[in-house]
Amino acid sequence: MRYLGIEPKRPKIAVVDFTCCEGCELQLANKEETLGPFLGALQVVNFREVSSEKREDYEIALIEGAVSRADETDRLRRIRKQAKVVVAFGSCACYGGVHRMKNAYSLAAANREVYGDKPKDTDLVRPVKEIIPVDLEIPGCPVNKEEVERIVQHLVMEVPYNFPVYPVCVECKQRFTVCRYDLGELCLGPITRAGCGAPCPAGGLGCWGCRGPDADPNYEEFIASAKKRGFGEREIKERMSFFGGFEGVVP
Amino acid sequence: MTTVNLNVDVHHLTRVEGHGNIRVRIEGGKVKEARWDVVETPRYFEVMLQGKHYTSAGILTARICGICSIGHCLASVRATEDAFGIEIPPLARKLRLLAKHGETLQSHILHLYFLAAPDFLGLPSAIPLATANPTVFHIARRLKGLGNRICDAVAGRTTHPVSIKVGGMARLPERAGLEKLRAELVASTADLAATVEVFAGLSIPDFVRETEFVALKGEKDYPWIGGQLVSTDGVVKPEREYRAMTNEFVTDANTTKWCKVSRESMAVGALARFNLNYRFLHAEAQKVAERLGLKPVNHNPFMNNVAQLVEAVHVAHESIELIDEILRQPASAPISVPVKPRVGSGVGAVEVPRGILYHGYSYDGEGHVTKADCVIPTTQNNLNIHLDIGALVAKLAQQPGMTDARLELLCSMLVRAYDPCISCSVH
Ligand code: SF4
Ligand code: SF4
Ligand code: SF4
Repeated sequence: MRYLGIEPKRPKIAVVDFTCCEGCELQLANKEETLGPFLGALQVVNFREVSSEKREDYEIALIEGAVSRADETDRLRRIRKQAKVVVAFGSCACYGGVHRMKNAYSLAAANREVYGDKPKDTDLVRPVKEIIPVDLEIPGCPVNKEEVERIVQHLVMEVPYNFPVYPVCVECKQRFTVCRYDLGELCLGPITRAGCGAPCPAGGLGCWGCRGPDADPNYEEFIASAKKRGFGEREIKERMSFFGGFEGVVP
Repeated sequence: MTTVNLNVDVHHLTRVEGHGNIRVRIEGGKVKEARWDVVETPRYFEVMLQGKHYTSAGILTARICGICSIGHCLASVRATEDAFGIEIPPLARKLRLLAKHGETLQSHILHLYFLAAPDFLGLPSAIPLATANPTVFHIARRLKGLGNRICDAVAGRTTHPVSIKVGGMARLPERAGLEKLRAELVASTADLAATVEVFAGLSIPDFVRETEFVALKGEKDYPWIGGQLVSTDGVVKPEREYRAMTNEFVTDANTTKWCKVSRESMAVGALARFNLNYRFLHAEAQKVAERLGLKPVNHNPFMNNVAQLVEAVHVAHESIELIDEILRQPASAPISVPVKPRVGSGVGAVEVPRGILYHGYSYDGEGHVTKADCVIPTTQNNLNIHLDIGALVAKLAQQPGMTDARLELLCSMLVRAYDPCISCSVH
C-alpha cells in the first residue's frame, strides 16, 4: 500500500479462531473490490483458515470466537504474551455471541441432549476480555468489513479509532428505511451501537442487537416503550440475550 | 521385508474451516495408525434452539456456519414452514434459489482458489497470487465478489442473511440491481472459462475408494432445496425421514458425530450431487465436466474440486435464467404468506455447498421450538474422510521414495478436497 509515494509500515498480523462460526474472518476475504490493497496494507503471518504459513512473530492478533473450553483459555494466554495488540474480533469474541445463550441451560443436560452417554468437554461460554486484557473490541455478527478497513487504516497510521457513540437508528434513518416499529415489529436499534450501516432493518428484519449497547442506552425507557407497543417480556428477553452484548441488563 | 517408516501429525489443519487433526503412523511398511479427528469445541445449537420463537430460529442457526449461513437459514425456515403447513409463493421460491446460487458460487470459488489451489501451485496460500499472478487473483476475486453481490442483493447480506423469513422473503430486490447482476453473470462466463483452463492444468491425484453418495433426488432440475433423498446404493427416502439417511452416532475421539447408510461410511457434497444428478446439469456445465474428465459415478474424492467447478458453471447459468424469470413476474406478485404457528414437526433439506443439510424442528402451539436437530454435511463426510485417509496412506506407503512431507501434503489435500466445514459439523 502506497499513498502519495509514502511507504507505511505493514504490521504483522495473526488471525486466530475459537468457539465461533468463522464468519468474521471470512469478511476479511470479502469486499473483493478492495481486497488487493487491504491485504497489501498488512503482513498476514498466521491465518489458519486461508494460509499454511504459521509464524509466531505477529504484532497484532485478531481473535475471533468465544471461549468455551480449557484448552482455549491456555491458547489465549499464549497469544497475549506474543501480541502487542489484542483485538476481540466480532461479537463472539467481544460478548460471547450467540454461543453465550448456552449458559442459560445446564451443561450436563445439554451434553446429554446432543451426545447421549458420551459427553464432551465443555465449559460456560465467556468473552475474550474475561480471560485476557483486550486492547480493542470490534463488534458485529459478522463484523462490517468497511469498518474493519477503517480501523486497519487507523492502526497502520497509529491514529486512534473512534466508534460511533450513537445508536443504529441514526444510520437507519440516514438510509430512509421504514421503521420496523411502524410495521409492528420489535427492533433493538434504539439501544444498539451504530457502525454497521443498519443492514437488517433495510433488509426486512428488526435489529437483533448484534453490536451490543451504544454509548448511553436508556434501557428502562426502551423496555417500557416496547412493552407499551405490545411486545411481551419473553420476546424482549430473547432478543436482548441473543448476542451477549446486553448481558446483565436483560429484563 | 520393507522398512518404510512414515509419520504425519497435523494439529489443526490449515486452509479448512474449523479445527481437525490428521495422524498417520506407518511402521515397516504397515499402517499402524491413520486418523482424521475433529476436535472443534462443541456449541450445542440444538439445545439453544429450545424455547426460541420461530422468528429467531433461522437467525440463530445461520450462525452455525459463516460460509453457508444462507443455506442454514433456508433449511431452518423450510423446517418451520413444513411444521406449520405453509406453502411459500413461487416468486419467493425463485428468490431463495437465487440467493442459494450466489452462496454456492462464492463458496465454491473461495474453496477452489483460496483453499485448494495453493497445494497444486506449491504456495502456502492464495495471498502471494495477488502479486505473483494478478490475472488469476483478479479472476478469483471477481467471481467470488459476484457470488457475494447476488447474496447481498437477494438475501440482504452475504454472511448471516436478513431477508429470508418464515413464510417467504421479506424484500424484493430492486429491478435495476437484478439487471446489473444479470449482465455481470453473462460477463462472468469468460472468467469461468479461464478458471476451467487453470484447473485443467492441475494434476489431480489418482485415488479411488468406493463409497455411498447421498444427495437430493432431482425430478426435473438439478436439486437444491427440498425433495426426496437418494443414494448411489439405491436407497430412496422422503425428506422427513432424513434420519434414516444419516444415522448419526457418537464416538469417543471426536466432537463431530459420524454417519452412514448402507456401507461403512457415506459421502455428500458437489461430487455426490454430480454423481446422482448429472443429467439435470446445464449443458455448459456438462461440457466443463467432459473437458475436465469427470463422469458419473466417480469415486475419487479429489475430484470433488472438479465437481465444484462444474457446479459453479451450472449455478452461474441457472442464475441468469432465474433472474429473467423473476424480472418477468408482475410487480404485484406476492413474496410471502401469513404465518400461523401450530403444534407439529417439520424438516428442511437443502443442498448447501458442502452437501445435504437437514434441520428438523418440533413446535408448541405458540411458535416456540420444543426440539431441534441439525445434521450437517461435513458430519456426514467425517467418517468417509477418516476411512479415505486409511486407504490413501496404505496405497502411498507402497510408493518408492515416499516422505513424511509428501504424505502429509497428500493427506491434507485429501481432507481439503472435501471442503470440510468443521466447526459447522460440531454445531
Ligand atoms: S460474531 Fe457472528 S459471524 Fe462472527 S464468528 Fe461469531 S457467530 Fe460468526
Ligand atoms: S427500524 Fe429499528 S433501527 Fe430503524 S429507526 Fe426503527 S427502531 Fe431504529
Ligand atoms: S442492524 Fe442490528 S443486528 Fe443488524 S448488523 Fe446492525 S447491530 Fe447487528
